[in-house]
Amino acid sequence: MRCATLRGNLLLAVAALVVACMPFYASPYHMQLASIAMIAAMFALSLQLLVGGAGMVSLAQAAFFGLGAYTVYLLGRTLGRPPSILVSLPASAAVAGIAAALIGPFALRTRGFFFLMTTLAFGQMLFFVFHDTPIGGGADGVFIQRPDLGFALTRASRTPVFLLTDLAVLAAMYAALWWLMHTLFGSVLLGIRANEDRMRAMGHNVTRVKLAAFVIAGALAGIAGHMAALNDAFVNPELLGWHRSAEALLIVLLGGIGALHGPILGAFAYTLIGEFGRSITERQRLVEGLVILAAVLLLRRGLAGLRFAR
Amino acid sequence: MQLAGLFAQVLNGLQYGLLLFLISSGLTLIFGVMRVINLAHGSLFMIGAYLAYALAGITGSLWLALPAAVAGGALFGAALEYTLFRRFREREHLDQVLLTFALILLFEEARSALVDNQFHSVAIPAMLDFSVRVTADFAYSAYRIAVLGICLGVAALMFIGVERTRVGSAIRAAAENAEMVDLLGIDARRLHTLVFAVGTALAMLAGALAAPLQSVYPGMGDGFLIISFVVVVIGGLGSIAGAFWAALLIGLIDTLGQAYVPQAAGTAIYVLMAAVLLFRPAGLFAKG
Repeated sequence: MRCATLRGNLLLAVAALVVACMPFYASPYHMQLASIAMIAAMFALSLQLLVGGAGMVSLAQAAFFGLGAYTVYLLGRTLGRPPSILVSLPASAAVAGIAAALIGPFALRTRGFFFLMTTLAFGQMLFFVFHDTPIGGGADGVFIQRPDLGFALTRASRTPVFLLTDLAVLAAMYAALWWLMHTLFGSVLLGIRANEDRMRAMGHNVTRVKLAAFVIAGALAGIAGHMAALNDAFVNPELLGWHRSAEALLIVLLGGIGALHGPILGAFAYTLIGEFGRSITERQRLVEGLVILAAVLLLRRGLAGLRFAR
Repeated sequence: MQLAGLFAQVLNGLQYGLLLFLISSGLTLIFGVMRVINLAHGSLFMIGAYLAYALAGITGSLWLALPAAVAGGALFGAALEYTLFRRFREREHLDQVLLTFALILLFEEARSALVDNQFHSVAIPAMLDFSVRVTADFAYSAYRIAVLGICLGVAALMFIGVERTRVGSAIRAAAENAEMVDLLGIDARRLHTLVFAVGTALAMLAGALAAPLQSVYPGMGDGFLIISFVVVVIGGLGSIAGAFWAALLIGLIDTLGQAYVPQAAGTAIYVLMAAVLLFRPAGLFAKG
């Protein structure tokens, strides 16, 4: 996986600045759209660590995303008041990370096709837990209390504040992954994608590295889910469904599997395409299906294949 | 009386398991021979069910729907393989996942445009709309017995076809080593089209058979897709016999679980799958 060069990172920083200034020039609707795109970017970034990092195509990622979102609900219900974001954000990451640590050892006994099927099945198992039992408020979803940001929000200030919070979390997540991919751990991960047997022969504990990546990716997906819960104040079991994992894979592919910043480009492109589709037809799945077909048939390198980094 | 209930649940479980076998045997064959992941396999099941609904509505009977599902499925599968899946054989799993996800979305959209988004029940054929009295206090639906019989017949045909015929041995060889099959002068591409057509026909037949039992509704293939994956993992990839026993096992566990321990039933099969992965990662019924 390529990481953006200094120039690429500067361009990303400029883009972040453009988003950060949205409260001065954009409508609340467009700010919400940007927030949606940034949450999708976080979610896809977490998946990119697996797909672009070690070449693990997981369909359980949405389950960790959903667990992160439901953690906010369960915390609020247990406490009887909105949890502070300083509590709920780490809690979401921890719950999703622990779930990944429990599922990972089983899923990682398999590779390729089997890995896909087992992650799909375990993800759906979690989906059914929230869909079929009363633990998460039932199949139709529930409205939740938003985490407390530490200051009072009005209806008008809410959208820009959430926008900036999402931007901060996304930037932190990107920076953390950029750093991670430059450590030995990152190199080993890339080595596994290129040739797993060789990395094993070199004496690396391949399974442990893959498990670590799986857990980190799960925790990051949990953070993305937490931000979704903060923005929407609503959770439902569909958040855990594998269709959302597939969407995240599409974003990763759209942005380019080979680049760390790909998911960010992909998420904005995907959100814009969805918005455009909504404006011309009621049939969302038709638009989405055709976009995916076009992406897998035509856009092999993704948007990051456009020169942005080497 | 208790015993009669248990007996009925066991029969239901076997019948559900056999339907699962029709779906998962196609899945396991397609992957075994072509190395292609088909997430749209559940949607093919759905299409079969809706075909049965539509034909039963037009002709007033389900009987035409079963051969139509098999024939239509074979043609549709061959067309899909010829136009799309052939190009994705050598591609990465990610591309295959996304291609088949796109197909799911397009199939669902087509279903919504052609029919609607409601639940529809499909009538059991009048000829079989009665119960067979097994003992004094236990009777069982004749249609379910017919489904059991049809599925067992298809399973037997599958075994004979794969294990006892020349084409079957070519299929088994292709699953082992595709290039070797090419070298032997067998056209692997035609084999792929055949396998995909058979897999699609089986999934659509299962859908048509299941339509009267559980009505047709949007997204009905999704649950079957996931369970079929569990069956393939437990049975061992590419193994018809493994898929058969695993499907029966899952069918029984799921049905008996729903009936007697509903709280745990949703997760029971996944726990079983985790245990299989832990102790027999190649599948419960894999050789060696």
